[in-house]
Amino acid sequence: MSGAPPLGGGGPSVDPGTADLAPGLLRRSWAVGRTKVGLALTLLVVAVAVVGPFVAPESETGFVGLANVRDAPGTLFGTDNIGRDVWSRFLYGGISLLWLSALCTIIGVGSGLLVALLAGYSRTWVDEVLMRTTDVFLAFPAIVLALLFLAVFQPQPWTVVLTVAAGHAPRVARVMRAAVLDVAGRDYVRSAESMGLRRWPIRLGDLLPNVTGPLMVESGLRLTYSVGLVAGLGFLGLSGLEADQADWGQMINENRVAFEVQPWAVLLPVVAIGLLTVGTNLVADGIARAAAGTDREVAE
Amino acid sequence: MTLGRLVGRRLLIGAFILAVVSVLVFGASLLLPGDAARAVLGRSASPDRLEIVRAQMHLDDPPLLRYLSWAGDLLTGDLGSSTVSQEPVLDLIAGRSGNSLLLMAIAALVATPLSLLLGTWSALRRDKAADHLTSMGTLVLASLPEFVVGIVLIFVFSTGLLSWFPAVVSSTEGILEQPAVLVLPVATLVLAVSPYITRMMRATMLEVLDSDFVHQARMNGVPERSVLWRHAVPNAIGPVAQVIALQLAYLAGGIVLVEFLFDYPGIGEGIITAVDARDIPTLQALVMLVAAFYVLVNLLADVVGVLANPRLRTAGA
Repeated sequence: MSGAPPLGGGGPSVDPGTADLAPGLLRRSWAVGRTKVGLALTLLVVAVAVVGPFVAPESETGFVGLANVRDAPGTLFGTDNIGRDVWSRFLYGGISLLWLSALCTIIGVGSGLLVALLAGYSRTWVDEVLMRTTDVFLAFPAIVLALLFLAVFQPQPWTVVLTVAAGHAPRVARVMRAAVLDVAGRDYVRSAESMGLRRWPIRLGDLLPNVTGPLMVESGLRLTYSVGLVAGLGFLGLSGLEADQADWGQMINENRVAFEVQPWAVLLPVVAIGLLTVGTNLVADGIARAAAGTDREVAE
Repeated sequence: MTLGRLVGRRLLIGAFILAVVSVLVFGASLLLPGDAARAVLGRSASPDRLEIVRAQMHLDDPPLLRYLSWAGDLLTGDLGSSTVSQEPVLDLIAGRSGNSLLLMAIAALVATPLSLLLGTWSALRRDKAADHLTSMGTLVLASLPEFVVGIVLIFVFSTGLLSWFPAVVSSTEGILEQPAVLVLPVATLVLAVSPYITRMMRATMLEVLDSDFVHQARMNGVPERSVLWRHAVPNAIGPVAQVIALQLAYLAGGIVLVEFLFDYPGIGEGIITAVDARDIPTLQALVMLVAAFYVLVNLLADVVGVLANPRLRTAGA
C-alpha cells in the first residue's frame, strides 16, 4: 500500500501481533481511497435518515392528495399508494432501517465473536459441538432461515432483528474462529498461558485485541448484508413495523404495484438503500485492504 | 484419502446435518402460537370440529411421534397437503422447483463464462483503467441487494425508460411459452453472482500470470495467445471452480427475493406465499428442499475445492 503511515502501531517492523490493533488499522484504512468515498456515501444516507423527519414538509401519515399521482400539486415527488406525500415518507422512512440494521449487526457479530472466542480457544469437545451447530444453521440461505423464523414468530421489529442476527452469527463465528485459531498459537499467548492466566482473561486480553482486523472487516460486511436483509424483509411486507409507519423497505412493498405510474415512491428508497449498502461495503473493503497490508485485491 | 471416501464422508455429514435441520424445521411448527387445526378452520370454528380436525392431523400425539411420522412421510415423498389450497404439497413443489432450477441454471450458464472472461481480461490489463473500472464495478454490484438491482432493471428495461422486457410473469402460461419473462430475473441473478467469480478469477489469473511456468513458456517462445489459453487460464480456473459452486448455492437464497419481485412461480415465491398464509406443511417441505439443495451444492463446492487443490487431498481434508 502506497500510503502506509511511517509511524505508529501499523508499521511493518512492529510485532505482527500488534499490527492489527484498531487505531493503526483505522489510519491505514483511511489512506485507502475507497474508504473515504464509502464513508461519505454512508454519512450522506445517515444524514438524510436522521435529519429527514425534522425537515419533512408533511407529516409521516397525513393525506395530501389522490393516490399514486406523480406530479400532485404542492408535492416534490407526488403521492403514494394511498395519497400520502412521497418525499415526506421518504424523509421519515430511513431511521428505522438504520437502527434495525445496526442492531442486527451488533447482535449477530457479537454472538458470532463470542462463539468464535469460545470455540477457537478451547481445544475440547466444546469447539466441535459449536462448529457442528453452526453447520446446521449454515444449511439454509440467510433469507430462508429468516422466513422460517418469521412464519413461527410473527414479524415484529425484535423478531426481525433476532432472525437476521441469527443468520449472521454462524457465518461470523466461522470467520472469527479461524482468526482466533491463528492467533492462539502465537508466542505471547503461550507466555500468558505459562504465567498461569485463565482462559477468559487470555481470550479477552490477548486474543480479542489481535483479531480486531478481521472483526472490523466482518462487521462492515455484516452491516451491508443487514441493510439488504432488513430492507428485503420490508420489501416482502415482513418488516414487523406498524402498517402506516414510513420505512424504506416497506415503502417499496406498498408502492411496487403502481411502479409504472408513480415510480418515485419506489425509486427514492431503492436508491437510498443502494447508496447505503455500497457505502458500507466500500468502507469494509477499505479496511480489508488495509488489514491485508496491501492495496491489491484481497484473494478470497 | 481417496476422492470416493472424501465424497462418502461429506455425504454422510450432509445427511446428518439435514436430519438435524429436519428436527429444527419440524420443531418450529410446534412453537407456532395457536394451533394448526384452527389455522385450517378459521377463527369461528366450533370446538367439536376443531377436535375432529385435531385428531385427523394427529395434533394430540406426542411431539416425537409426530416428528417421526412427518420425517418418515418426507422420506417416502409424502409431503402432506397445503392447509390453504388442500392440494398435495408434492404437486405444488414439482412445477415450482422446475421453474426455479430453470432460472438458476440459465443464470449460472450466463454468469460463469461471462465472469471468467471479465476476470481474465481485467487481470491482463492489471492496474490500467479497465482493470480499475472492473474492480470498482464488481465491488459496487456485490454490495447491492438483489431486489435493488432488480427494481432498477425493471425501471430501465420494462416500465420506466424502455419497454423491452416484461416485468412480471403471466400466471396463465408456462414459463417456456413466455421466454421473454426470464430475461430480467436472470439478469438480476447474473449481476448478483458475477462480481464474486470475476474478482476471484482476476486474483488467481494475476497469480498464475506471475508464476514460473508462464514465464518459462514465454521464454521458450510459446506465442502469447497460447500461453494465455493453453497454460494460464486452465490453471486459474481450478481455484475459481469452488467459488462458482458456492455462488450456485448462493442462488438458492437469491431466488427468493428475485422471484417475489418478478412474480416468478418458483420455490422462493412459494416460500413467501406459504409464510404469508402460514401454510406450514408447504413451508416445511419447501424449506427442507432448499436446505437439501444448499447442503448438496456446498458439498459439491468442497469436493471441487479439493480436486482443484491436490495438497488438500493428501492433508486428509
